Amino acid sequence: MAGNRRKKHHFSRIHAFSCGKTSFKGDHSLIGGPGFSRVVHCNDPESFEASVLNYSGNYVRTTKYTLATFFPKALFEQFRRVANVYFLICAILSFTPLSPYSAVSNVLPLVVVIGATMGKEVLEDWRRKKQDIEVNNRKVKVHCGEGAFDYTKWRDLKVGDVVKVEKDEFFPADLILLSSSYEEAICYVETTNLDGETNLKLKQALDATSNMHEDSNFQNFKAIIRCEDPNANLYTFVGSLELEEQQYPLTPQQLLLRDSKLRNTDCIYGAVIFTGRDTKVFQNSTGPPSKRSKVERRMDKIIYFLFGILVLMSFIGSIFFGIATREDLQDGKMKRWYLRPDDTTAYYDPKRAAVAAVLHFLTALMLYGYLIPISLYVSIEIVKILQSIFINQDLHMYYEETDKPARARTSNLNEELGQVDTILSDKTGTLTCNSMEFIKCSIAGTSYGRGVTEVERAMARRKGSPLEEEVTEEQEDKASIKGFNFEDERIMNGSWDNEPHADVIQKFLRLLATCHTALPEVDEENGKISYEAESPDEAAFVIAARELGFEFYERTQTSISVHELDPVTGTKVERSYSLLNVLEFSSSRKRMSVIVRSEEGTLLLLSKGADSVMFERLAENGREFEEQTKEHINEYADAGLRTLILAYRELDEKEYIQFNEEFTEAKNSVSADREELAEEIAEKIEKNLILLGATAVEDKLQNGVPECIDKLAQAGIKLWVLTGDKMETAINIGFACSLLRQGMRQVIISSETPESKTLEKSEDKSAAAAALKASVLHQLIRGKELLDSSNESLGPLALIIDGKSLTYALEDDVKDLFLELAIGCASVICCRSSPKQKALVTRLVKTKTSSTTLAIGDGANDVGMLQEADIGVGISGVEGMQAVMSSDIAIAQFRFLERLLLVHGHWCYRRISSMVCFTLKMLIDKLG
Amino acid sequence: MKGRRSSSDSSSSSKTKKPQYSKFTQQELSACKPILTPGYVIGIFIIVGVVFIPVGIISLFASENVVEIVDRYDEGCIPPNYSDDMLAYIQNSDTNKTCTRSLKATKLMKSPVYIYYQLDNFYQNHRRYVKSRNDKQLWSKKHEDETKNCAPEATSNGLSIVPCGLIAWSLFNDSYGFSIKNKMVKVSKKNIAWESDKKHKFGSDVYPKNFQNGVLIGGGKLNSSIPLSKQEALIVWMRTAALPTFRKLYGRIESDIQANDSVTVIIENNYNTYSFGGKKKLVLSTTTWIGGKNDFLGIAYITVGGLCLFLAISFILVYVVMPRPLGDPAFLSWNRHPAGHQI
Repeated sequence: MAGNRRKKHHFSRIHAFSCGKTSFKGDHSLIGGPGFSRVVHCNDPESFEASVLNYSGNYVRTTKYTLATFFPKALFEQFRRVANVYFLICAILSFTPLSPYSAVSNVLPLVVVIGATMGKEVLEDWRRKKQDIEVNNRKVKVHCGEGAFDYTKWRDLKVGDVVKVEKDEFFPADLILLSSSYEEAICYVETTNLDGETNLKLKQALDATSNMHEDSNFQNFKAIIRCEDPNANLYTFVGSLELEEQQYPLTPQQLLLRDSKLRNTDCIYGAVIFTGRDTKVFQNSTGPPSKRSKVERRMDKIIYFLFGILVLMSFIGSIFFGIATREDLQDGKMKRWYLRPDDTTAYYDPKRAAVAAVLHFLTALMLYGYLIPISLYVSIEIVKILQSIFINQDLHMYYEETDKPARARTSNLNEELGQVDTILSDKTGTLTCNSMEFIKCSIAGTSYGRGVTEVERAMARRKGSPLEEEVTEEQEDKASIKGFNFEDERIMNGSWDNEPHADVIQKFLRLLATCHTALPEVDEENGKISYEAESPDEAAFVIAARELGFEFYERTQTSISVHELDPVTGTKVERSYSLLNVLEFSSSRKRMSVIVRSEEGTLLLLSKGADSVMFERLAENGREFEEQTKEHINEYADAGLRTLILAYRELDEKEYIQFNEEFTEAKNSVSADREELAEEIAEKIEKNLILLGATAVEDKLQNGVPECIDKLAQAGIKLWVLTGDKMETAINIGFACSLLRQGMRQVIISSETPESKTLEKSEDKSAAAAALKASVLHQLIRGKELLDSSNESLGPLALIIDGKSLTYALEDDVKDLFLELAIGCASVICCRSSPKQKALVTRLVKTKTSSTTLAIGDGANDVGMLQEADIGVGISGVEGMQAVMSSDIAIAQFRFLERLLLVHGHWCYRRISSMVCFTLKMLIDKLG
Repeated sequence: MKGRRSSSDSSSSSKTKKPQYSKFTQQELSACKPILTPGYVIGIFIIVGVVFIPVGIISLFASENVVEIVDRYDEGCIPPNYSDDMLAYIQNSDTNKTCTRSLKATKLMKSPVYIYYQLDNFYQNHRRYVKSRNDKQLWSKKHEDETKNCAPEATSNGLSIVPCGLIAWSLFNDSYGFSIKNKMVKVSKKNIAWESDKKHKFGSDVYPKNFQNGVLIGGGKLNSSIPLSKQEALIVWMRTAALPTFRKLYGRIESDIQANDSVTVIIENNYNTYSFGGKKKLVLSTTTWIGGKNDFLGIAYITVGGLCLFLAISFILVYVVMPRPLGDPAFLSWNRHPAGHQI
């Protein structure tokens, strides 16, 4: 408990982002209009106005059925299967004299079959129900009048309630943050369940409500919140809070979403605005698309075929029956007298032979009903459930480290695993383990770091050079600090002071220690500091700075404190930088900057970012080390490392004040283009930078990935890598995991060429796009020619294409050519691809080649791809549960794919198909 | 990161999700899966061929030993003046239905010589016909009035018919008398029905009632003083045939018929097959261990055996001319069409 105290104190002053006053602009004018009609009477859910609105309660139901709807709904589901409808008709007809056999023998199998499948539904639904009951009966403290908070079940929560959520609890509904245990009314939220991101997010309440820290404050609290109607958008929110006749704007910054978790904050007070099904997370939940395996689809076709035969047989039989019946009695003469055609019922009446024939047709349909294998569906269902159990129970696919066995989430696709033709794989977290290690850096034109990367090792192995042995020796005596694999006596342990450009090294390390958004977490027992960072790259940087003597240990709203190693005295000095602005990282900006004021009073803009955006922002006098740094970056990229450029700039006071004014205004505007506005202003100040150097972190390959890929290739399965990384990194990972080999000729299709760059800068956007497309097309045609002419003699081809080219390659008129080329190549790597492109590529492969595709990925950005592919395999790794939730099968490590496909897939396919064939054979036997 | 992991570990207790080891769940139960190598396949084919061909020959031989005389008499027994309107002849109760046929035994026929009648184009398997009986009524006196399914031969003048239904109503009623070398031969009509039918299906206390006394007379009449279980001709008839051409046992001649003996048959030609164009045949046949005359079984055995031998020989030839190692991955589908994935 004592530790918690300390932590509270420690975290209470953290503030990573400067949150200015927000004003009413843009979307807020919509409040009250259509789509923005919700009115919440805070702390007064029982009032007349609130009861008029009658918003639904917080009871959630994820079950498919209720007690009342189960039978109609489940039966409807069952009879969507054509075979079942047929059997139902037969069962009804079997109660008429038409039936060739007794009703029981007709109804019983149908009842058993439908009963079995419905039983399965009940079982599955019961599991969901239990989960629902658990969730609905969770307790949360709710204000119950007179300033007292009491525990209430989640299900009884109403819109307008004020709740108190404590540390590490889930939010029971979508809340508006009113205040927290921190002075500044901030809180930290973990949203792993929503978007799969593991980093903490900061939320802050409005100033107007932020001072209510005690339960008793809420005794007389009254406010009205007007906001948008329930929708599925997790990242936008528009609303306003009316408190004491004053209007305050609400933004996503105040919104706490259900199913996210309160972290690092003792407690918060919030007003419930969306409950139950209205919450954003429920609005977002869509069932996974139901996928059916090829065997099942083929089986359906066979059954349709059999049904066709059945109808044909019955039809022909009925015609002959009709003719024979009509002839039985002609001109009063009986032909087959022993049938007494003169005295008969409608079924055999020669005078109405047509009617008799129609009735006979129905009888025949029932009689030949053996042709439709009713039991097959049930047998398949049972076999598949057993097979899923085998997959779930496989010890070879159990990952000790995270305690995760394989999980077949749908049993439908077991046998499809044995059919896979193309695997589309994500890179980060799937092929690699998404843990970054700081391994090299280039400072002031000198490269530091003696570590050897996985990629270099793989290349050495391929070349058969003796490097390998040295490496293993070196590896053993390495101290194991997670995220740090740096080895260089020149700058370790403070000896950087003796290097030339020591001042640059100092600035470099200082930048590493200050330019980030990580939070330090001090272990009370040994005083060690660990970091909570937005991305593993960032954590690696802060750790590296710590290991190299610049220990970042405290962050407040306005300052960053670092223990620095003073080169002169050799002692640790505490330095604190007042933090003025954070210009956050975004994928479009590809850089982040902080503006700090040092203790000496100088204003510094510290910046780090991708080489593509950083070099063009350097000042004329800041390019001293440009050439060497570029060279080093290329070297690092060759070694499979991720690189970032570090640069800084001193600001003068006037410039900063002007920037700050503009920036604050931009940030405070609530209009839709706020982001762009802020970016534009940030763009203005992030220029004329002075280059310090570059960092390189290694993205470690998962265990056994190259071997697994090798095996899959031997089995004739193609692997495409779809990654968001840049081309060089992707190529290097490709080499590391034996996807690319020395003998291969690479067809690189890129839009990052100098010509295309100049094209992009030109004014006429459409012309530029057309020209780019033409260039991509040209490259594709060249690649195709190479493919046609080569014919194996020169070694297989590898296609590498970047995201921008992919946009054009996926356009309707080009995509066939692209696909032809891609299929001809042994390996395909798509880099810089967006989640949507991943899904598009998957769809293209799936539909155009009609081969079975398997997508494997671990992040929220792979969800589209997983759902689009025939089989989606989720890696239950670090990046949260989003991918697993939308996958068909979840495994813990990429290498388990080998066993999943080559053992389980193979067996499941064989067994299911033998069973189907055997059952069909039995049918034919029965007929004979 | 580290802090969080340790805290979640402690909260989720020491329960591990590691699957339990068992030979079943790990699919390690010992199993046997024969691989059909060329050796096995050729061996099996040869064995099948070697076994089947002699069996077929023996069966054919046995079938050849059966002596069978078939005589179609439906047209031959019509007097010439009725040949234009056979139906009128058969339906007229006043015409003389007696007809004499002479047959010749080609070989020695050892007793017992079975007498069959063979009907053609008679659909005993018609759905209406098959169902038109009441098994309860046939079995016990208690259910005499049970005539469900029997319509239109359920009641006659308001009284229920025993045995009811179309099958019994259309009972075959031609009769045959035999004389060999002008000497009358006794025809045994006992024990021609199934033992089980007599004991469990046709009651010994059920006597025919109101049978064949309606407006339309179908086939034969029954002696109403003999219980159904003793009416073996009826029992045979009521075991309906599955195909429109069928033979039913009429009786046995308990003496040998020498080769070239002339057999005279006096036929009471009562049964109407003329309206539906059916044939009537009289069959005299001996039996051997495979039953009556049946060449099909022998031919089938020989054909299958021959086919197996042929396959075995062609496999041997293929094996000699184009041998290939077992399990050669070069023949896998993706290796036959290389797309650059050779490792």
